Amino acid sequence: MGYPYSHDLETSTLLSRHFGDEKARTLAGWRELGGYATLPEALEMEPDRITEVVKNSGLRGRGGAGFPTGVKWSFMPQEPDGPHYLCCNADESEPGAFKDREILRWVPHLLIEGCLIAARAIRAQHVYIYVRGEFFPFSGILRDAVVEAYEGGYVGENILGSGWSCDVTVHLGAGAYIAGEETGLMSSLMGGRAEPWIKPPFPAQSGAFGRPTTVNNVETLAAVPMILQEGADWYRQWGTEKSPGTKLWCCSGHLVRPGTYELPLGIALKNVVYDVCGGAPNGKKIKAVIPGGSSTAMLTADELDCESTYEGMIEAGTALGTASPIVMNEDTNIVRAMRRIAQFYAHESCGQCVQCREGTSWTAEILHRIEGGEGTPEDIDTLYHLCEQMTGRTICPLADSVVFPLRSSLDKFRDEYEALIRS
Amino acid sequence: MTDSGDQVNKPMHPAAASSQPFQVADIRPTERLFEDSEGRDRLEKAVSRYPEKRAALLPMLGYAQERNGWVSDESMEEIADALDLTPAYVRSVATFYTMYHKHPVGRHLIQVCTCISCHLLEAEEVFERFLAETGTRAGEISADGKYTVIEAECLGACGFATAVQVNDRYFENVTPDQVPAILDELD
Repeated sequence: MGYPYSHDLETSTLLSRHFGDEKARTLAGWRELGGYATLPEALEMEPDRITEVVKNSGLRGRGGAGFPTGVKWSFMPQEPDGPHYLCCNADESEPGAFKDREILRWVPHLLIEGCLIAARAIRAQHVYIYVRGEFFPFSGILRDAVVEAYEGGYVGENILGSGWSCDVTVHLGAGAYIAGEETGLMSSLMGGRAEPWIKPPFPAQSGAFGRPTTVNNVETLAAVPMILQEGADWYRQWGTEKSPGTKLWCCSGHLVRPGTYELPLGIALKNVVYDVCGGAPNGKKIKAVIPGGSSTAMLTADELDCESTYEGMIEAGTALGTASPIVMNEDTNIVRAMRRIAQFYAHESCGQCVQCREGTSWTAEILHRIEGGEGTPEDIDTLYHLCEQMTGRTICPLADSVVFPLRSSLDKFRDEYEALIRS
Repeated sequence: MTDSGDQVNKPMHPAAASSQPFQVADIRPTERLFEDSEGRDRLEKAVSRYPEKRAALLPMLGYAQERNGWVSDESMEEIADALDLTPAYVRSVATFYTMYHKHPVGRHLIQVCTCISCHLLEAEEVFERFLAETGTRAGEISADGKYTVIEAECLGACGFATAVQVNDRYFENVTPDQVPAILDELD
């Protein structure tokens, strides 16, 4: 894969084929590269047939939860009694994740085509692409592509003469991690604070503007055109039975070659860390890896021989998440790193639920105290107690997102906590 | 990188009204929002994209900041009036989001990501260096009005640590030594 590093492992560049090629950003260039070839076919297909193909492909949501995309689409009413909406979640904010920005900035038309096909499948008339505010350079490229697609007749009224119409609007967030949670995203889109709501009602019943809505991640939607073009079986040649296809990996931290790589699902995590990314620089050993973005459980260096699928990572006691390993070398102060993570979630808690609002702040505060050498032996018990109180008791999983790395760091690196408390 | 250039002289497409960069150096601090055709046009185009007027609130808060450099009480009142909302509601939303400034900031807002991946690679040193070179404390405006330096939570560029955002631009793989050159480039 081209950007920003290449590596020798066998790869399958589906989404990333044109990363690094500026030509792909313009409508003319994208068409020359074979873009918008699937849309005309999709326009002739029955919506439920599109959903069927995506269901058969086994594509799972790439935003972290891994819910089967075709199944999600099938929850949408088949006989609309009013407008339906598609929200494309481009609020990429999970520490460690930086994959969707590559799709936005290199292949914006691939995303637009995926959005249109998905909109057709779920009978939506308007697609809102919610991009995190900070991504100005990338949302700008996407915005220009959307305008070009309107001018080319690919978006808007009577698309390609089919009689089917669909609008696309790029909508900017303004610095709120929680807008990446699907109900938080819709609250924000509707002009509110990005506060998640209790499900039910599920988005497919009552989502954006009180209407049936589907929320899909950027990487999920970008995979749709090729699945429809080449077929479900073609997509299944990569990955495993339960986790088919390829995945964009975002690798950061202490690595020789950090960056975004497209790899088939099922590759061993150790291959990603050592072979693709070259391990830690300067001959250092690796101490820990947070494999799926900062909200997933830490693994020690001895635990990296696990299969990188949704099910394989759960078996390993963690989660695939957004496939965003954050690698820490032997010199890393685990308590300090964990404090930094807890501080993020404390900052980003929307404040609706006490367990999250108070729990994330207390966690950050206690970790700060231990880091500064002022911890007490009881602090470790208090942190475990907080883990319990923050699990599964809140509207959304933000509080749980601290618990996974926190509990695993306490379980696996307790000696580091104790050493700081004794000092 | 942001604009393709040939779009500049064309009237703004309504689909683009909710995605204009709102952290920019070129601001007009004292102007009201909707007293001229530019503001009314932006309002109308943004509102046209949603089934409910209220959904244009974030785009309009962004527009206030794009134009004035921050979101003032007056702007919030203007927006409330334009979207049939109460000023209290507009404030409750504006204060939820970290990117809307409720006070003026320097012409160049420098945000240094110090979240986990950048934290592992010198982010704190980069942040301290920006403070030292601009002669400011975190969050304050430099004496010449040019700079405000703050820490940012994850900028989504974790593989290119340390990530720094200056207004609508990204600087990646930044080391403390590169800080003076970045500041020179901004002048």
